[in-house]
Amino acid sequence: MNISRRTALLGLATSFSFGGTSLALASAPTDKRLVVIILRGALDGMAAVVPYGDAGLIGLRGEIVPAGPGQPDGVLDLGGFFGLHPALAGVHDMYKANEALVVHAVAGSYRVRSHFEAQDYLESGADHRMTSGWLNRAVMALPAVSAARPEGDALAVGVSVPLLLRGPARVANWAPHGFSQPAPGLYATIAALNRHDPVIGPAIAEGLRARGFSAAVMAGDTEPKAKYAFPALARSAGEMLAAADGPRIAALEITGWDTHTAQTNRLKGPLTQLDAGLVALKTALGPAWAQTAVLVMTEFGRTARVNGNKGTDHGTGTVAFVVGGAVAGGRVKTTWPGLGTGQLFENRDLAPTADLRAVAKGMLASHLGLDAGALGRVFPGSGGAGAMAGLIRT
Amino acid sequence: MVAAMDILTAQALVRFGLGRRGAEPLPPDPAVWLLNQLRQPDPTRLDDPPTTAMGLTALREDRETKPPPGESRSAALFKAQGAAQLANAVTTPAPFRERLVWFWTNHFTVSRRQGQCAAVAAAFVEEAIRPHVTGRFSDMVLAVMRHPAMLLYLENAGSFGPDSPVGQRIHRGLNENLARECMELHTVSPRSGYTQADVTSFAKILTGWSIDLKADPPGFRYRPFAHEPGVQTLMGRQFPADEAGGVEALAFLADHPSTHRFLATKLVRHFVADDPPPDAVRAIEAVLRDTKGNLGAASAALVRLDAAWRPGAKLRTPMDYVVASVRVLDIPPDKIPMMGIVGGLGQPLWNAPAPNGWPDRAADWAAPEAMLRRIDWASGFAGRIGDRDVAEIADGTLGPLLRPETRDAIDRAGSRREGMTLLLASAEFQRR
Repeated sequence: MNISRRTALLGLATSFSFGGTSLALASAPTDKRLVVIILRGALDGMAAVVPYGDAGLIGLRGEIVPAGPGQPDGVLDLGGFFGLHPALAGVHDMYKANEALVVHAVAGSYRVRSHFEAQDYLESGADHRMTSGWLNRAVMALPAVSAARPEGDALAVGVSVPLLLRGPARVANWAPHGFSQPAPGLYATIAALNRHDPVIGPAIAEGLRARGFSAAVMAGDTEPKAKYAFPALARSAGEMLAAADGPRIAALEITGWDTHTAQTNRLKGPLTQLDAGLVALKTALGPAWAQTAVLVMTEFGRTARVNGNKGTDHGTGTVAFVVGGAVAGGRVKTTWPGLGTGQLFENRDLAPTADLRAVAKGMLASHLGLDAGALGRVFPGSGGAGAMAGLIRT
Repeated sequence: MVAAMDILTAQALVRFGLGRRGAEPLPPDPAVWLLNQLRQPDPTRLDDPPTTAMGLTALREDRETKPPPGESRSAALFKAQGAAQLANAVTTPAPFRERLVWFWTNHFTVSRRQGQCAAVAAAFVEEAIRPHVTGRFSDMVLAVMRHPAMLLYLENAGSFGPDSPVGQRIHRGLNENLARECMELHTVSPRSGYTQADVTSFAKILTGWSIDLKADPPGFRYRPFAHEPGVQTLMGRQFPADEAGGVEALAFLADHPSTHRFLATKLVRHFVADDPPPDAVRAIEAVLRDTKGNLGAASAALVRLDAAWRPGAKLRTPMDYVVASVRVLDIPPDKIPMMGIVGGLGQPLWNAPAPNGWPDRAADWAAPEAMLRRIDWASGFAGRIGDRDVAEIADGTLGPLLRPETRDAIDRAGSRREGMTLLLASAEFQRR
């Protein structure tokens, strides 16, 4: 692996200078990968995973329900009651290979319909905004990992670090860049001059460390650029996670879900990107896919009824996807609340029957081995939402 | 020879203003300079000023002729008018007033990501925001909510009263988007404790607030046959049907005590610190309450807050950073593609991801990769220093805010360009 002049200058070479380290780490229990994908804007769970077997569906939203399984542009069947949106063909393949699981009628513990509050709570892992995110606190709860890699194990893919990954654990952040760069020596001076600033100083140091790392990983990257941004980012994340000395936790996000109007047309693009991104992630991870679990989550669902603009408004229950080679997939896990009279939440939304924190706790417990005490710190006040069992292969 | 600058002048230029432009004359009294900008008329004179009629005509022609993506009249207007707004930020002699225009534009975010509002985004700034930044907040809210840019962005033109004649005939109903965001993000905020029923009522109140693209000139139009009939109850108050009920409801929301608190918090966050000091918020809130939402009075009160004169509490956003950089080297705005640069640094103009606009806290802009991109760009831009004296520029733009360590590093830099890169990359320049 190349050590660039910049990494050597800045003392960033610790991960690369000892080839043996990676082999030792490869056999460590910390070789699990966890990826969280935030769908910002509130995905309509009943559009992504259509409960076509529920007799109430057509009456509520006939205008925006896709054709049934087996028909042209019809849903991809998930066992006779639910069907995946046709844009999710890659996820359907994973489902058939028992690598994808759907949790339906799920919601966070909060009942607000504001995107911004709900995203704060979703990422905080609590029903109030905290200064750190649950995924960062989960990283802090991995003693073996943080001792082996004091520089931190988490990676935010994109230009900014989401609240989900902010907090005491150090987080690297990577995105493809488009500007020329100053010479390494000048960068070292800039890093030193800014060290006194509590915000800018650490940001520059972390950024240079991440670039040193990603430059080495990306040196052999000759694949053509993907058509869409999200699959390209997902592929990069997969390549970095796959590296023996790479990070183990990653967060990505994708927008475009706030479909107040013309939902049928507007959902195709983001769902296609999400699907292609998950496939790209799997491909890039290679053999490490077997060690990987991915949680795809959104802040809330949308109204069960179609609105006046062939769209849907802010709602409550929705879906979460759990995918990866480590996942006990091939199932839709739900206590289906029904869509009939009196079954909707506030006569408006899909009623939630599962707590999203229970899904996340189930993954952290079975996949990363967090115990009950650690889970309580990661999700404060979540005693009522026990870790969901059976998400991960054992 | 550079005139010495005192700390208050330096602070006025960056905290309230947009950074010193070249070697422009320094104000003799910084507080008076700021207050005068609030009293005097807005000096902005745009060539070919953007109007709603111009924008909607472009949108109508695009819909009729369906040009390929990127070649639409809307896209061309957006590009030209966006560049003109950024140029105005560089050249304005009233940078405090201009900062207020950008602040309120972000408060009432419209974004080209949704609703085909690109062609009227600049018209929105000129018609709904700029005339009101020292006026009454309720006037600004009304201008915003009637503006086609906001009606397109938050899709109110497609919201129909379920019991209105049009709703009954075409079986279409409410779209809550504009009503919800107006309550949550523009006025009372969730802390006021409104319920889903209030949002639904307000959405009914706003039905019929629409756009007429076919009229000459095209613009806002109230459509009574799309309006939900009957009296509506919003936060415990009753409002009559028809357009007048909407105007009354907006006046009620705009001057609500929760709105005063919410606006004061945002203003103090922008002009004092990321975590707004409670006493400063109370002071601005009291001014808004006592003046019934006079934004000129609230802005003047910000200048009088001691806390607003503590240096370095705010991190420049990419937009702030690029404008300040172009000002410090006094580059003519037509000689630099600012639209592309602010986009590349993560803050594309009138393109915020969501209706809550761009964030206003350092943590949101100081992600590692974002910071490095800023420095990457600065190192290229620094080449435009030419043969000017970098130490003189550094002293002239930051005065006593410049740390001796940074000044030394600039003096020791291997080239003018490297020295300029160090200035632009310094914490002192990145903060305001």
